[in-house]
Amino acid sequence: MLYTNLHHLLTAADHQKLINEHENVMICCGRMGPMCIPVYGIMEDLEDEYKHVKFADMEFDNPEAYVIRNAPETRGFMGIPFTMYYKNGKLVKATSSIQSPAQIRTILDKEFVPVTVS
Amino acid sequence: MTENNHFDAIIIGGGPAGMTAGIYLSRARLKTLIISDGVLGGQMVLTHEIANYPGVESISGYQLSNIMKKQAKTFGCVIKGNTSVDSFNLEGEIKEVTLSDGSIYTANAIILTPGGRSRTLNMPGEAQFKGRGISYCATCDGDFFTGKEIVVVGGGNSALEEAVSLTKYATKVTIVHQFDHFQAFEYAVEEAKANDKINFIMESSIVKFIGDDKLESVEIENLKTGEIQDFKTDGVFIFIGYVPNTEFLKGTLNMNKWNEIIVDSDMLTSIPGVYAAGDSIVKRYRQVTTAVGDATIAALAASNYIHQLKTKHLHESLTH
Repeated sequence: MLYTNLHHLLTAADHQKLINEHENVMICCGRMGPMCIPVYGIMEDLEDEYKHVKFADMEFDNPEAYVIRNAPETRGFMGIPFTMYYKNGKLVKATSSIQSPAQIRTILDKEFVPVTVS
Repeated sequence: MTENNHFDAIIIGGGPAGMTAGIYLSRARLKTLIISDGVLGGQMVLTHEIANYPGVESISGYQLSNIMKKQAKTFGCVIKGNTSVDSFNLEGEIKEVTLSDGSIYTANAIILTPGGRSRTLNMPGEAQFKGRGISYCATCDGDFFTGKEIVVVGGGNSALEEAVSLTKYATKVTIVHQFDHFQAFEYAVEEAKANDKINFIMESSIVKFIGDDKLESVEIENLKTGEIQDFKTDGVFIFIGYVPNTEFLKGTLNMNKWNEIIVDSDMLTSIPGVYAAGDSIVKRYRQVTTAVGDATIAALAASNYIHQLKTKHLHESLTH
């Protein structure tokens, strides 16, 4: 299991349940390596600020992570982590390899615009 | 300056040096703020196992970083992660730091611990194909290149050692290096030269990354003749050393030609009240232990400076 402070997904069923039950979901699928750890850390830091987004991780070598590894959108990906963004259960964005806080914020702000109550 | 945004000391950088300074200063009851551009822990979190940190038999960089963060917070240190510095003024008795969100913080002393990062080639296509053929970590991404032909860029120990380790996956590894000799230790060079799967293109550099959905080829320039060849490859691993994260300090304090901050034995920079520690200073050995050591000195010297400044102001207010 990944030793982060994020919500861990252990099975494909967990994954499906999470994206079904939450409007905005970001999942980082990786290992405990130098390209993945910074992404988990950024997600942990952003959890408080992006309360309308559900953050989770999934171990890349877990056989159940086929739901991410085999997603058509990750074709051509040759760098971990595979980071997936789901809106209403549908994949809206996927990235390969390490990302900066600014790159992640840009995606979150674009794909998961919070609903403002007027 | 508002009372809430004024600190005794502001630390810029949240790696082991920054967190050590945070622990020492806040434990000395000084109001301390750490501003960290990326994830707390800096490059240390990228280390899978640290087995030479005295007192700890073996720990991951990520876990060691979490403990340091907890220690600093316990003593009351304020930490702002994933925030970058927009502008600053280091001169005078009150230093001012403006963050990218527009908030302004002031302090009597500053400790600079911005650390370093892996150097990139900065050639067209590099950002586009990161994770789609370009990698900076052999242990992370090596298995995506099983049965494929790849290029390794660099001539130091990391480049040659990782090239050898990548032959576990790749059928052919071509090392592209800008000089006619390697900077790596002799044993690493010999091991790479003895490996049948490894080829060398010397005195050359990649000038362009080409592909569609993923990397398909690179342009390699011969630096002696200027000739450019199109080289088909499935992947490129780049290991060309580290650079200090000191671009934002250019023109404000003394640095050497590699942009490393020049400090004295108290870790004081060329500006009074501004100290520096960790990988960004001029030094030979960059380790977690040396970063922690420098930062201890910087924090103690800074607390002494802050104390003297406060005493001076107290005297002035009493005599006026």
